[in-house]
Amino acid sequence: MKRFLEKAVKWLLTASGFVTSLVILLIIGFLFTEGAGLFREKVIEEGYVLAVHKDNPVKELTAAEIKAVFDEDITSWSGLGGPDMEIVTFRLEDADEYFTEEELGAQYEYAAGKIDSLIAATPGMIAFIPESMVEEGAQLNLIEDNAISPAEVLSGSEWFPTATPAPLFGMWPLLAGTLWVSFFAILFALPFGISIAVYMAEVAPERVRNVLKPVIELLNGIPSVVYGFFGLIIIVPLLQHVFGLPVGESGLAGSIVLAIMALPTIVTVAEDAMRNCPRALREASLALGASKWQTVSKVVIPSSMSGIASGVVLGIGRAIGETMAVLMVTGNAAVTPHSILEPLRTIPATIAAELGEAPAGGAHYQSLFLLGVLLFFITFFINLCVEYISHRNKAKNS
Amino acid sequence: MNTPVYPTGYHLRKRRSQAAAFTVFRVLSYFIVLVLFAILGFIIYKGAGVLSWDFLTKAPEDGMTAGGIFPAIVGTLLLMLGSAVVAFPIGIMSGIYMNEYASKGWVVRFIRLMTNNLSGVPSIVFGLFGMALFVKYLGFGDSILAGSLTLGLLSLPLVIRTTEEALKDIPAAIREGSLALGATKLQTIWKVVLPMGMPRIITGLILSLGRVSGETAPILFTCAAYFFPQLPASIFDQCMALPYHLYVISTSGTDIEAQQPIAYGTALVLIIIVLIINLLAGGLRKYFEKRLKIK
Repeated sequence: MKRFLEKAVKWLLTASGFVTSLVILLIIGFLFTEGAGLFREKVIEEGYVLAVHKDNPVKELTAAEIKAVFDEDITSWSGLGGPDMEIVTFRLEDADEYFTEEELGAQYEYAAGKIDSLIAATPGMIAFIPESMVEEGAQLNLIEDNAISPAEVLSGSEWFPTATPAPLFGMWPLLAGTLWVSFFAILFALPFGISIAVYMAEVAPERVRNVLKPVIELLNGIPSVVYGFFGLIIIVPLLQHVFGLPVGESGLAGSIVLAIMALPTIVTVAEDAMRNCPRALREASLALGASKWQTVSKVVIPSSMSGIASGVVLGIGRAIGETMAVLMVTGNAAVTPHSILEPLRTIPATIAAELGEAPAGGAHYQSLFLLGVLLFFITFFINLCVEYISHRNKAKNS
Repeated sequence: MNTPVYPTGYHLRKRRSQAAAFTVFRVLSYFIVLVLFAILGFIIYKGAGVLSWDFLTKAPEDGMTAGGIFPAIVGTLLLMLGSAVVAFPIGIMSGIYMNEYASKGWVVRFIRLMTNNLSGVPSIVFGLFGMALFVKYLGFGDSILAGSLTLGLLSLPLVIRTTEEALKDIPAAIREGSLALGATKLQTIWKVVLPMGMPRIITGLILSLGRVSGETAPILFTCAAYFFPQLPASIFDQCMALPYHLYVISTSGTDIEAQQPIAYGTALVLIIIVLIINLLAGGLRKYFEKRLKIK
């Protein structure tokens, strides 16, 4: 009985040991299945077609081209490889500009035939209509509806997930926004982080350290929404005032908030690394007549470089994944940023802001899961880097 | 005779550069203390006037411009409890396995790598995952159950790590002593190792609760309700939560100006929770350290 209990507990403990690995696998699995569905979706909204005149030579359009056409950025077929002919766009809402209500019928029962003949009569027309409105034998061509291509998603420079007829899922602006904000955050946090770590590990008297340590822990404990709220109330108006911006919500506001949030991670890890620097090294340096500062800068910091680097990389990871604070202060404009003073939008903020409105299972929903996959792999890679750095360090020290 | 080894002024420069560098470090460090006090002071200053018994015990009224935040406080406490139920047993068991059972080698390294990776996964990814697995696939819907499970998984790495570290510092001699007296491995762990590690484990658990109390992104799509004035009746209900409440009333709503005092109050309550948890953890740590020393 006793032995059975021992065995059972051992198995239970072993099983729980693998829970985290299982969770990682499940995260990858679920995010991937949802996200990969995006590439099975068609460019044009489900249930709709794009119809053109039967003599129109244009057979295929990319999502970006469709959007440009319907935004009237492209106004001639010559820009799309067709004849020099003006583009006339047609949406179902426009039907009453061409026909009276009676012609269309109360339930739009005659609309299909009318629209088909309208397209046949207008050589330059492109019509965005429900599939059911294309009658059999109608004299028109349908634009080929390709599946959404990974290249367009990963390198596309426009994120318009709710655009009709063809939503755009270019993730580049979001990725750029994320990297941009995180880069500046680390730029701000780095000098502070390293200085505080050095001060706490090497310079500060015990009494001061006993104050700084809880301060750093508390900074780490403050919820990200509170940082976001503070940023929204204080930092955003301040930046608007100082830089004379039209809106204070900007990448810079996000970077400042993120810098404060990434600081505790950098400080804690870097300080640990410096404290673990072998005493003998330090004493040897001091014995050679080096001052304390010379010892710190020439011996302690170089020898604990890998620990400091892990701290910085972990800080970057924290900044990249941070959601709420960034969502609240960066202004959420999904455009490729040109300056840190402009509003921009990060990957986590996009997911948080849009998932609630995206219909489950649709292309938009799937694209947000794909963003999740992207984010997961960025942070996964960062963690592997940290692991590699600290592992190499261990090997070097032993 | 002494010949000068160093160029003239070397020692002066050495002293000066040290003084300069250390001053910079000191100033930057004090600046951070200032930043913390600015954030805390600002929120306490603005929020203290809002805090009242009614604010803590009433539901929001008039489209969130009046009333209190009672449902959000209850929701956050429920989520903390729920995540504890999920994460504590699994996390502690996992930590025990890592330190007491697993043979040092690739298994431990692999698990540790995975645990570290999990702790680096952004909270919004946990939110997506929780939505896909618990809300949709397992069909729990937006519920306290789904939220607790998501938050539990999020705090798992922290619990595992603190358990592991607490147990690692217990000298092998103590385990060997117990085993030598004829105790089994399980008895040794249950009667000797765990009680000794408990103080530090408990400190870690409290800190993980603190983290859970402030998380918003994981519950956005798994649990949190914009407005749910009655208290949840079962674990399949949605609930309000303090961090989410602060987010919605400070960024959206009918009348942001009128909502602002409530936002300050909510932020203050969140900060107070974090302060209590940090003080509790710090106090416990000191208390146990003292007790161990006396022994």
